[in-house]
Amino acid sequence: MTAVLEARGVVRSFGHVDVLREVDFSARAGEVTALIGDNGAGKSTLIKILSGALQRDGGEVLLDGQPVQMASPTRARELGIETVYQDLALAPELGPAENAFAGRELLRPGLAGRLGFLDKKTMRARAEEAFTSMGTDVKDLDAPVGALSGGQRQSVAICRAVMWARRVVIMDEPTAALGVRQTGKVLELVRRVADTGVAVVLITHNMPEVLQVADRVQVLRLGRRVADLAAGTATVEQLVGAMTGALDESAGTTEEQR
Amino acid sequence: MSAVDPSAAPDAARLGARPRVRPWRRLVASSPAYMTGVLLVLVLVFSIAAPESFPTPVTLRNLLTDMAVLLVMAVGMTFVLVAAGFDISIGSVLVFAGVCAAKVMESTGGQGPGTVVLGVVVALLAGAAWGAVNGLVIARLGVPALITTLGSMGAALGAALLISNGTDVRTVPRALISVATDRPLGVSWLVWIAAVVALVGGVVLAQTRFGRHTQLIGSNVESARRAGVDVNRHTFWLYTANGTLAGLAGMLSLTRFATTTISGHTTDGLEVITGVVLGGTSLFGGVGTVVGTVIGMAIPTVLNNGFIQLNVQPFWQEVAIGVVLVVAVYLDQLKRRRRDQV
Repeated sequence: MTAVLEARGVVRSFGHVDVLREVDFSARAGEVTALIGDNGAGKSTLIKILSGALQRDGGEVLLDGQPVQMASPTRARELGIETVYQDLALAPELGPAENAFAGRELLRPGLAGRLGFLDKKTMRARAEEAFTSMGTDVKDLDAPVGALSGGQRQSVAICRAVMWARRVVIMDEPTAALGVRQTGKVLELVRRVADTGVAVVLITHNMPEVLQVADRVQVLRLGRRVADLAAGTATVEQLVGAMTGALDESAGTTEEQR
Repeated sequence: MSAVDPSAAPDAARLGARPRVRPWRRLVASSPAYMTGVLLVLVLVFSIAAPESFPTPVTLRNLLTDMAVLLVMAVGMTFVLVAAGFDISIGSVLVFAGVCAAKVMESTGGQGPGTVVLGVVVALLAGAAWGAVNGLVIARLGVPALITTLGSMGAALGAALLISNGTDVRTVPRALISVATDRPLGVSWLVWIAAVVALVGGVVLAQTRFGRHTQLIGSNVESARRAGVDVNRHTFWLYTANGTLAGLAGMLSLTRFATTTISGHTTDGLEVITGVVLGGTSLFGGVGTVVGTVIGMAIPTVLNNGFIQLNVQPFWQEVAIGVVLVVAVYLDQLKRRRRDQV
């Protein structure tokens, strides 16, 4: 199976700091690909490039094997790449359905639609369908999102991304602010998202979480991918070793720069 | 698993046990519903206190006419506040538009309907121009709305005084005076125009994409931006529309008083914001309805009229509204705080 989203030799620097040094990355359809790395390894920069929020200085990004330019997050969304940001970017006064269709509102057919009238009924039904099929615990579709619990808000943000993602969903630390129980629910949701056939890119700090939910783990260190492992056979020690550079010899894909 | 995280357990229990909230209960708990109750109590009290004069068609007609000019501006203000904006300049823009319209109509010397139409166009354009300036400065230059509109409040009034040489224009076309006295279906044209503005505004805010984007921007501007909404453009149009409505209000005021009443609108901006907030629109954005605004604008009007009829000094109205406003905003914040704790 080929990668849906792939980065090849992507380079990015800020001033004199080379944050990404020819980094490779790939994510496959129907799989959860975890992207891990220590602070400053370049995870955020890579994710911003893959979601269109930042531009690369060099290298290639391929979508379904074709090189693409993503000049903006809007362009990335058009290409079927959705991102769930850490701050979720939900409007607290609006309901889950209204948030799910934010900026992509459906209009009524005919003249009313051309005048800008919203098709609230269809939007609500579609959102409800998406929330139900994803098995989320968002029960009250009329309550403002601000009144929901942290886990429910996270579910709304993820479902919104899934509703629109044709190819890739990128999630930036979706469980960082959650309790144990809600984390479990969100991880189940992440798994189900991948089962729908899109590629999921999961950024996280939590090693057991990675091994629990991911299919593959790619480890960044100093702006390069230093390991690409199957989650089934990897251990926490291996991951930590790759992140810190202790296993450089066994990973064999890196050369120490200092 | 839940034993590890005690905070999650009650959360889950509450979710499981909570029955679905019925839509009518949500409606009853909303601010406009509270304020409708307050309005009804006021009407009831005044009707009992002055049974001869208060509950009459004449009083109703007066109330509606008193409300009309401010209501037109309040509809625009509802949009601005829902988008978490602010516009204090509308009273001055009203005066500026009225002076421009009166001067142009005076200079043509016409007395017929054509001159009135010209006046309307001039008033709308004058209002739109100030609104566009506000919108550009706020959206493009990023100056806070409070400061921008505080500046244009002074500038618009100053410009109006320059154009009019500091004295009210008192000559208006005869056709305009006949519009003022005409009462189709029992109420003044002013009331009909305000009603149409409120109706259109209410539908646009609640039912259209423009209204939804207004809420989105007010609720979380970053979310709106990431959702692909052109926030700057939307903000520009909001202030331009608000200015245009202030221009229309200027023409309505000119129609009603047959003079430009330059010194009579210094507190209009605050009165309108007060009414809109009383009607349940949040000063922090994201929430608001035009129905609420109509009710919020009616409360000060009813108080004023009722106090006059009861021979109470009408200044009490301002005291009462001041208190009610602070209480209303306090309750709004209380509700938000409780919600954000969940």
